[in-house]
This record gives sequence, structure tokens and C-alpha cells, in this order.
Amino acid sequence: MASYSTNEFKGGLKIMLDNDPCSIIENEFVKPGKGQAFSRVKIRNLKTGRVIERTFKSGESVEAADVIEIEMQFLYYDGEFWHFMVQDTFEQYSAGEKALGDAKMWLKDQDVCTVTLWNDQPLSVTPPNFVELTITETDPGLKGDTSGGGGKPATLETGAVVRVPLFVQIGELIKVDTRKGEYVGRSKE
Amino acid sequence: MLGDQKSNCDSFWAPSCSLEVLQLRAQVYASIRAFFKSRCVLEVETPLLSLASGTEPTIQFFETYDQSRLKQQTLFLQTSPEFAMKRLLASGSGSIFQFAKAFRQGEVGRFHNPEFTLLEWYRIGFDLEALMNETADLLVHLLPSLANQQTIKVTYQTIFNTAVGVDPLSASVTDFSVAAERFELPDAQSVCGQNRSAWLDFLFSCVVQPSLVSMPLVMVYDYPACQASLARLKENNPLVSERFEVFVSGVELGNGFYELSDPVEQRCRFDAEIAQREQSALRRAAKDQRLIAALEKGLPSCSGIALGIDRLLMLRAGVDDIAEVLSFGFDRA
Repeated sequence: MASYSTNEFKGGLKIMLDNDPCSIIENEFVKPGKGQAFSRVKIRNLKTGRVIERTFKSGESVEAADVIEIEMQFLYYDGEFWHFMVQDTFEQYSAGEKALGDAKMWLKDQDVCTVTLWNDQPLSVTPPNFVELTITETDPGLKGDTSGGGGKPATLETGAVVRVPLFVQIGELIKVDTRKGEYVGRSKE
Repeated sequence: MLGDQKSNCDSFWAPSCSLEVLQLRAQVYASIRAFFKSRCVLEVETPLLSLASGTEPTIQFFETYDQSRLKQQTLFLQTSPEFAMKRLLASGSGSIFQFAKAFRQGEVGRFHNPEFTLLEWYRIGFDLEALMNETADLLVHLLPSLANQQTIKVTYQTIFNTAVGVDPLSASVTDFSVAAERFELPDAQSVCGQNRSAWLDFLFSCVVQPSLVSMPLVMVYDYPACQASLARLKENNPLVSERFEVFVSGVELGNGFYELSDPVEQRCRFDAEIAQREQSALRRAAKDQRLIAALEKGLPSCSGIALGIDRLLMLRAGVDDIAEVLSFGFDRA
């Protein structure tokens, strides 16, 4: 198995820590002029999403995590697993609910998203930053309201609920920012 | 942002600092030269490449080879100009200063570049107190932010005890480990083990130094004897050494010593460090026999200090990455 020295630590590097795959967010090299060197590292546990701080002796080596991010197309949900395909190779992967996390609220068939694989198994799924989804349920808006001030909840075809302006109606296609879970605007289509 | 820069390798031909900082460096050098000229300190230059290396187990040197001879010779890039400057002092140079490039492997970070610039100076007849005062004078002269600020002088023992709550001179490794738990530093035990000096460095870096950020100018003196480096031990208290460090807003700027001049003691410290390096499977160091010979000839009583000029420029320019004060940071060199 490959490993990295603390001297190679930088943002984005994937390492194994306490048997979990982690991603380095930030590495600070600490060294008194005449003293011992340390690396103080901020790390995200890719399984739990939790961010922790750790200290390593400089020059120590840490096992690399076999983690890669690949763009895949979402094919379908079979009631238990979400199925994805790498478009270039037609290779298919299936991911469980845990790996999907919040992504399941935003995915529609054929959307292209980023799947993080750990030892060739889906670890997490990142939806596209913006998705277009149809409103399936929302209260009728007030006549004459065009400003969108205040807003109302609307349920989308995937089951996600977002706040939309009062003038937006059932059956309309809207654009949503998945990072914040926010309505961006009515889709042009 | 850094990621974006990295992917854009085409722009790596360009300097990592601004034109303003390039000019600032020239101004600061001119001020320093004027400062020492007015005090009759001679500017000197010594070789970067030497037959001898540093011996400290915590500092890793770069080595290279002279292949022009029949028997290939190993040469070392200096980790500090200290040895060569002491040879000049022993030869009768009087007080001297120089801007010197120093090279240390693996030291890369916001405050570290493997190739960096030191301002190192030695004052004949100065004790540590006199050198601390001169260092404060120079820093106030160079950093407008220090105008009208008081210089705080505090012993290592007091500042450590205040911040960490244990006595650095008498505490056991267990005491250090309990303190680390209190400050939520869970890796301290595995990183420092039974090494007292490592515990002091760890707790100083992680707990004491952050507490210095709010203080404009601090001189920490009377370093524990195990961290004496090239300083004498204190005559009336051998638990501590005649060494100080200067911090500006929590940034470590320099290390000053009332210089060790005893060749026997110097040889012992070299040998102890070389043995430690061997134990830790580090690159073999080449003891500087010429320094020892110079000490045998006689080093005049003096104090000396090395200041990190790049960090001083960072403070002056208000930037937080050393690359922003270097014409070309390490990844553009």
C-alpha cells in the first residue's frame, strides 16, 4: 500500500486514519527554529464527514487511502440501491443510502454527479451544484405577488422541500442550488 | 485559491511576491546596513558550501558532491552561518554581521521555506541582556508597528508555567502528558514519547506561542539546559542556558546566545548530537573540526543572534505566507 510522508501533506490528499478514509483540509508545518518539527493537520473523515485536528511528527508516514472521485451518471433507484454508470467505460456501481446521504434529495435519472470511491466502493455522492426539478406540491400563490418576498415551501419530484417565491406553481420546473438547498430561479425550459 | 494557482503551472515563471515587497526588502536591507554601520559592526560574507555540516538532530541539511577530484567529496549547504562567523571572530574580526542564505530540508510551510535568509550578528563583549536590548532597538527601527510598544522580557520558565500550568524545568513527562490532555492535544503522547525536549517544543508551539500573539515584542530567555543549542549554561543556575528567543506578535523571529566558547564542551555537544542522529537513523553529520580548532585558539566573549529576515518582512508587509516575501517561493524556485 502506498503511503505519504507529512512533508507531502496538502489540501485534498486522501489518507487512512484510524481505519477510516480521510481527506486533508489544511496542513500547518510547525517548528521552533532549533526544535522538533510537527504537522498540525485539519482532516475530514470521509465516512462521517466530521472534521478533526491531528498532530504528526514531521517526516512520519501515513498510509494513503485508495480514494478517487469519478463523474458518473445516475441511472435509477431500485428501492434499495442507487445505480450509477461511468459514461466512458459503461462501468456500473451501486450505492446504498448511507453513501447517498443528502444527495438522494436532489438526484434525478441521468443527472451527472461525482461519486467518491474507496477501495472501488461508493463512499459518498456529490450531486451537481445546480439541478432542475419539477414542483409536485405547493400552496397556490397569492394573486399579484411577483416579488417572492416571504415565500412558501414546495415539494419537488425527488421529495426534497425548498422555499420558493409565492408566484411559483405546481408543475413548474425550478433550478435549485444543492449546496445550500436553495431555490435559484424558474428554469428557462 | 492555492489549488487554482497550482493547476495553472504556466504562471509559475512569475515571482511569488509583489513588486512593492521586492522594493521593501531592498529598503529593509539598507536600513539594517545603516544601523550596523552606525554601531561599527562589520559586514562579512562566508561560504554557503562547507566540508562540515550542522549536527542538530532537529535540523536536516542538504548535501552535495564535488566530483572533480579523484576521491569524491561530500559538501554541505549551511543550515546557519554560525560556524564560519565564529571562525572569523576567533581570528580577530571584531563584531560582525551578515545576510546569509541558510538551507534546511523539509521545512516548508506558511512560515518556512527550505532556503531562507538570516541576518546573523555577533557582538564582542556583549552579554545576553545587552544583545536583547540591541535586538529590540533594531526591531523597533525596522517595524513601525513596534513604535511606542514596550518590550516584554520574560523567562522561559515563567511564560511556560503561565500558559501551560506546569514547570518546564522540573515537570516529568507524565506531567506534560496530563497538560496536553487538558489542552485537547491527543496526539502529543505518540509524537513526543519520552523525549523531554520534544515535549517542551510541542507544548511551547501549541500552547505558549499562541498566547504570545497579542504581545507586540517578547523576549523569552533562560531556555532549559536541554535546549541550550550553542549557548553557555548559566553560571549560577545550570538548569537553564544563556539563550533567548524573540517573538513579534507570536511569530518566532530569532534565537540569541551568549556563545559557548569552551572547545571541550563544544566537542561533547557535537558528539552527543551526532550520536542522537545515528540513533534516529538520520543522515550522518560531519563535525566541524575547524570550528573546534578556532575555539581552541580562543573565541572572544561574545553574544550572537540570527533573525529570520523573511519573517520580519512578512510582519512588515502584513502578509501571511512566506512565499509572498520571496522573489520565488520554494514551488517556483
